[in-house]
Amino acid sequence: MFYLSIIVLIPLAALFFKTTSLSWEDFWSIVSSPRVVASYKLTFGASFIGATINTIFGFIVAWTLVRYQFPGKRILDAMVDLPFALPTAVSGIALTTIYSRNGWIGQFLEPAGIKAVFSPLGVTIALTFIGLPFVVRTLQPALEDLEADVEEAAACLGATRWQTFQKIIFPSVFPALLTGFAMAFARGLGEYGSVVFISGNMPMKTEISSLLIISKLEQYDYTGAAAIGVMMLIMSFILLLIINLLQSMNKRFIKKGA
Amino acid sequence: MKNIKKLPTSYPSKSSTSEPLWVKISLITISLLFLSLFLFVPLISVFAEAFRKGIEGYFAAFKDPAAFSAIKLTLITAAIAVPVNLIFGLAASWAIARFEFWGKSLLITLIDLPFAVSPVISGVIYVLLFGLQGLMGPWLAEHNIKIIFAMPGIVLATMFVTFPFVARELIPLMQEQGGEEEQAALMLGANGWQIFSKITLPNVKWALLYGVILCNARAMGEFGAVSVVSGHIRGKTNTIPLHVEILYNEYNFVAAFAVASLLALLALLTLVLKSIVEWKYQHQKKGYNR
Repeated sequence: MFYLSIIVLIPLAALFFKTTSLSWEDFWSIVSSPRVVASYKLTFGASFIGATINTIFGFIVAWTLVRYQFPGKRILDAMVDLPFALPTAVSGIALTTIYSRNGWIGQFLEPAGIKAVFSPLGVTIALTFIGLPFVVRTLQPALEDLEADVEEAAACLGATRWQTFQKIIFPSVFPALLTGFAMAFARGLGEYGSVVFISGNMPMKTEISSLLIISKLEQYDYTGAAAIGVMMLIMSFILLLIINLLQSMNKRFIKKGA
Repeated sequence: MKNIKKLPTSYPSKSSTSEPLWVKISLITISLLFLSLFLFVPLISVFAEAFRKGIEGYFAAFKDPAAFSAIKLTLITAAIAVPVNLIFGLAASWAIARFEFWGKSLLITLIDLPFAVSPVISGVIYVLLFGLQGLMGPWLAEHNIKIIFAMPGIVLATMFVTFPFVARELIPLMQEQGGEEEQAALMLGANGWQIFSKITLPNVKWALLYGVILCNARAMGEFGAVSVVSGHIRGKTNTIPLHVEILYNEYNFVAAFAVASLLALLALLTLVLKSIVEWKYQHQKKGYNR
């Protein structure tokens, strides 16, 4: 408890303490200045799109990993955690190189007029990479816990496979899917390492909130950095609350099912 | 694992409770494509870029004394942060699983907090606390103690971000196992240390190892939080990820990727160890449920 308060509580209190040195108007003018608002928009937008892509493809990946047999499945299963294990700086430079003009994927995007690096698209790609394990890992246990008998019953009653999926399988894993989405989204909001390289960090355009905090710090604008930090902290708190709520819903659902 | 055994027995008629072959194949193809695009291509590219100038170019990156000191700093940081968090994780989860006390759920939430907070903010809070303009800054400067832009800051920030890993693995397991075995040992006259080393520790060893592996991977690879507090002094306060960033920003791509490949190897090693531990852990769990 003592250790916890030294490592976590006191520093966090310092953040709030620093912002109290600002008046309410000053605080508001910092956190609502156009450059900051643009960074919120980008951070939230890119995280949202990234989390949505992850939800769709993560569902397919989790489904194939749980339900089907194919060669290399165990390796694939282990590899899903790569974005989690790979230091973010490494994934950042790797993604930037791949999607840059003469990179492996970038060389095909460039002629098509798609600019992946130093654009909001790049930020989205990085956040998709980062969020991938969250959706897959929350869905897998939910899909594994699904009992075969309900599906069999549905089939016996004449449901087509698609109907069974729509009416039986999807609703029962939906809470887990939502949790995975929220976790990927939350992770995206705070992500820094993998995004700084690919985004190019142009103010108003491709600057994420975390980066704005750092640039404020570098200009010794500590109160400004603290103010944006508090804003982001509040948002992640709200998300954390939602995630916990979803998870308890999820647990109740599973218990009821069992 | 469960499903591999289950499939043949519990799906009597395959056609009605499974998908047509073409759906299966296309779903597998989609996930393979998606994963290779997002996972394998970046991973391979790290090594491809690192060896772009041949093996000599690759090893030249490690001859740089700055690279050497970055590796040293990273190892030291992990060597401090991981054991400290291990001890704390054990203590906290033991307290949470075995006792009822006021503020318990608050404690659980606080343990999760570093996961929810952006790594940059984790760095910022230490700068605000210990930095020159920070709350304790003047006092520290007077006593000539340097925390920010020096090693203690890096260690502290790393401890903060890696703080939940061990505790999170242990809490649910210890709660599930309950305290009966420990109580029995106590009745049979075992002392505190005997109970801990013969009962508590063996019961949670795989989960503990799992937490430590993840904690270590994060400690060595942390970028955001460390980059805020380190000050980027070459050869002094640069960890491996920060060294990668500097090389990359200097357009020294081969060296950047060479150093990054070290971290990528670490990540792969982490994944392998994690899979092994997961496998053992599941075995133990099955044994436990029986």
